Amino acid sequence: MVDKIQVTDLSIHYGQHSALRNISLSIKPNEIFGIIGPANAGKTSFLKALNRMDLFDSTMKVNGLIHFDGHDIHQLKNIYALRKRIGVVFPLPVGLPLSVYDNVALAPRLSGVQGRTELNIIVERCLRRAALWDEVKDRLTTLGSLLSGGQQQRLTIARALSQNPDVLMLDEFSIAVDPVTTMRIEDVLKELRDEMSIILVTNLVQQARRLADRTAFFLDGECVEMAKTETLFSGETQDPRTQDYIAGRFG
Amino acid sequence: MFAATQRNQNDQRTEKLFRLLFITMTALLILPVLIILSTLIYKGGSVLSIEFLFASPTEGMTAGGIFPALLGTVWLVSVALLVSVPLGVAAAVYLSEYAPDNWFTRLINLAIINLAGVPSIVHALFGLGAFVIFFEFGTSILAASLTLGIMTLPVVIVSTRESLQTVPQAFREACWNMGATRWQTIRRVVLPNAVSGILTGVILEVSRTTGETAPIMFTGAAFFLPILPQGVFDQTMALSLHLFVVSTQVPNVPENLPYGVALVLILMVLLMNSASIALRMHLRGKKKW
Repeated sequence: MVDKIQVTDLSIHYGQHSALRNISLSIKPNEIFGIIGPANAGKTSFLKALNRMDLFDSTMKVNGLIHFDGHDIHQLKNIYALRKRIGVVFPLPVGLPLSVYDNVALAPRLSGVQGRTELNIIVERCLRRAALWDEVKDRLTTLGSLLSGGQQQRLTIARALSQNPDVLMLDEFSIAVDPVTTMRIEDVLKELRDEMSIILVTNLVQQARRLADRTAFFLDGECVEMAKTETLFSGETQDPRTQDYIAGRFG
Repeated sequence: MFAATQRNQNDQRTEKLFRLLFITMTALLILPVLIILSTLIYKGGSVLSIEFLFASPTEGMTAGGIFPALLGTVWLVSVALLVSVPLGVAAAVYLSEYAPDNWFTRLINLAIINLAGVPSIVHALFGLGAFVIFFEFGTSILAASLTLGIMTLPVVIVSTRESLQTVPQAFREACWNMGATRWQTIRRVVLPNAVSGILTGVILEVSRTTGETAPIMFTGAAFFLPILPQGVFDQTMALSLHLFVVSTQVPNVPENLPYGVALVLILMVLLMNSASIALRMHLRGKKKW
């Protein structure tokens, strides 16, 4: 199977500080790729590089190759098209100061979808897929930022889905979300796997175990180990640090 | 257990002292405003009438109304706004949303702050040289308004930039991550949430522009004109200059007339400031995060 994203020898620096060193890995279509590791392991920087978010931060320097569907994203002129194909969900939900409806309709509108009926269909579909529709269908005009934390996070997911992405990146999405909502979102992700690749950065080891097909363990800017999730959690790890982290002996 | 120690008593005495000090300072600030307003109302209130507002000065400006000056001020301020708002807001959007943070941008910011400190008489001479003489607009509303506009530009830029920067960066990044361009992000997310601050800044600018005299004196405002301005290339009377004229340049003006003119001027400014405060409160009530 052709790789969706191919990362070769990726290093990231912030000024003098090195955040990520010599990462090479690939993301396949229709898989959930888990990335686990303690704070400052470079997990978030890795996601940022995939989406060319280094352009937002003049101190962030990215070296190495990233291919998306075979295209080198650093040669890509049209980064807007790249970002449209990658949905991003951050640790803290960012409900834009727009209504629930407009939050989800924003991406289609940016792409030129105008028709009310067409937008209605997209908004309802995305909210349903994010398991939020039943809770907000009667108040689509209220501000997205007035929803509860868990609802806002699902709104963020619905918004990411409204881009109709090939890849969904989630960065520790459950930090500001209650356990029940977390489980609902996890169910959503399992369904979405049929349609897209999902990169799941998490500091909850068990979340990666529940969801991911393959898991990488990042530590201090290096990829210590990467394997099928069952293998990684079976105790037959290559590196003792992985074993220690999974067992909760540090991190 | 709760008995006050010497230390507690001292602290409480100091606390009272400073509280009193700050209250006194605040009262001292309000006092001049109250005195000015009450003097104006007391001495000039008697001339205020609809006729005073809508009649022309008569008998060598010692009687009649102030309509040409009032209308002239509206002209000057409106045209000045047409210059400074689009220019200032656009520049602020560039500086806040597009410009990289490097020495050149910082130099521009420094220049803007310095420009805000240039005395208005210097702006007046610049306006005279640039617009009246070099661009050959003559002494006209256009030249005077351009001078006023340039004078208020730095403040429009600074206040707009500050309101833009109150919009959280996370909103912009969320929008960019959807594949939105900078402009799409500005139009859909940044500007709608900064507009209250921008408007407030603009209105405060209007009220400042209304009272300016020096910049328009050489560039477009006239001592007395028998006819109303027909367009931007005409000269005009202006309220601020009219006040100066009837207070110091014309003999035998009844005492209450200059006070009346000053009262109208200050009421205009107060009205606009209140509008600005009301608008800010209204829009802040709708604040979305």
